[in-house]
Amino acid sequence: MNKRQNLLKGIIKENPVLVLVLGTCPTLAVTTNVMSALGMGAAATIVLLCSNMVISALRNIIPDKVRIPCYIVLIAGFVTMVQMLVKAFAPALDEALGIYLPLIVVNCIILGRAEMFANKNNVIDSAIDAVGMGAGFTLALLLMATIREVLGNGTWMGIEIPILSDNNISIMTMAPGGFLVFGILIAIINKISGGKNAKKSFGCAGCPSAEACNKASCGEKEEAK
Amino acid sequence: MTKFIIIMLSAVFINNYVLSRFLGICPFLGVSKKLNQATGMSLAVIFVMLIATAVTWPIQTYLLDPNNLGYLQTIVFILVIASLVQLVEIILKKYIPSLHKSLGVYLPLITTNCAVLGVTILNIDEGYTFAESMVNSLGSGLGFFLAMVMFSGVRSKLDNADIPKAFQGLPITLVAASITSLSFLGFSGVVENLFA
Repeated sequence: MNKRQNLLKGIIKENPVLVLVLGTCPTLAVTTNVMSALGMGAAATIVLLCSNMVISALRNIIPDKVRIPCYIVLIAGFVTMVQMLVKAFAPALDEALGIYLPLIVVNCIILGRAEMFANKNNVIDSAIDAVGMGAGFTLALLLMATIREVLGNGTWMGIEIPILSDNNISIMTMAPGGFLVFGILIAIINKISGGKNAKKSFGCAGCPSAEACNKASCGEKEEAK
Repeated sequence: MTKFIIIMLSAVFINNYVLSRFLGICPFLGVSKKLNQATGMSLAVIFVMLIATAVTWPIQTYLLDPNNLGYLQTIVFILVIASLVQLVEIILKKYIPSLHKSLGVYLPLITTNCAVLGVTILNIDEGYTFAESMVNSLGSGLGFFLAMVMFSGVRSKLDNADIPKAFQGLPITLVAASITSLSFLGFSGVVENLFA
């Protein structure tokens, strides 16, 4: 796989949110407006880039048996750094993201890329993979947030849209709207890709850390056997 | 006492972890297919939430805050939760095998469950006392349980429905979750008015 393909796969073919269905919690929670979606995307991308590079550099040093705890500590360290930077330079963003900023630690995308890519590839490739995946995550969040903010609030990044701002569907910015928009987006992706992903199971089976935890615990996999 | 009831009710119904705060979506979508799995997973979550709060609250209050180490919260909490889950699994396996048999398989999944890390951080952010934190954790766990059990009921109906091809699998599950979450919107404002 050349470098260009490696970069682009995260954006379209293996989009972490819309195709791999990872990191659903922040996807649903922060996409109520475009600004916080972009902030979340940027924060997660920085953490992903740093953790992918460091984990890739340390891949021959970290013992295989304790790799997951090691990854979690590394990721938590980078998240703490990002948290402190955001608190210092963008307090408004800190307010908007709230609890979801520290929760980047348990975002499956980051642990997933560490487990699936960074511990098998060199530093440069891992960095490219992180940028691609981060961009894919950010674009997916941006798409969701655009739909939800335009329909729900009648604005886009705070700019009012003439007719829609008087006729907003406020349910779109609330919890049910998040599930609905996400469900419909995935259905559209399924339709476009010809139903190739339609049967793909989700939850634990799609979760990259499923390998790490006891496989028998995954409901979907149990049925597959 | 009223404050405890308010915290409890808002954690279960109004700020339901899954349906309005979007925490713990992965197990909500992944393990909710069968009622017994949903129950097992939620019981394990309640259990871990309670012990995680019982451990992390004193750490934050008596160890991190007095030493100006509050910024280490994220890293300390995730480590504590991860090791706690391992420890609980070992203890259950050794001393209460019957409980381990029913909850054990779900325990490793919980380490990376954002609901558990979320509840411990939120307890600190909200400035709850120890007792209030425990009540909030119990409420959040019960809210998770309620959402899981309700949703597994909804999903068992979906199995027999004739769904357009593009919507099969995850999309229809999300749409169903949307409607379930819509029903929880009806609770907003109830608690404030109940004790006003």
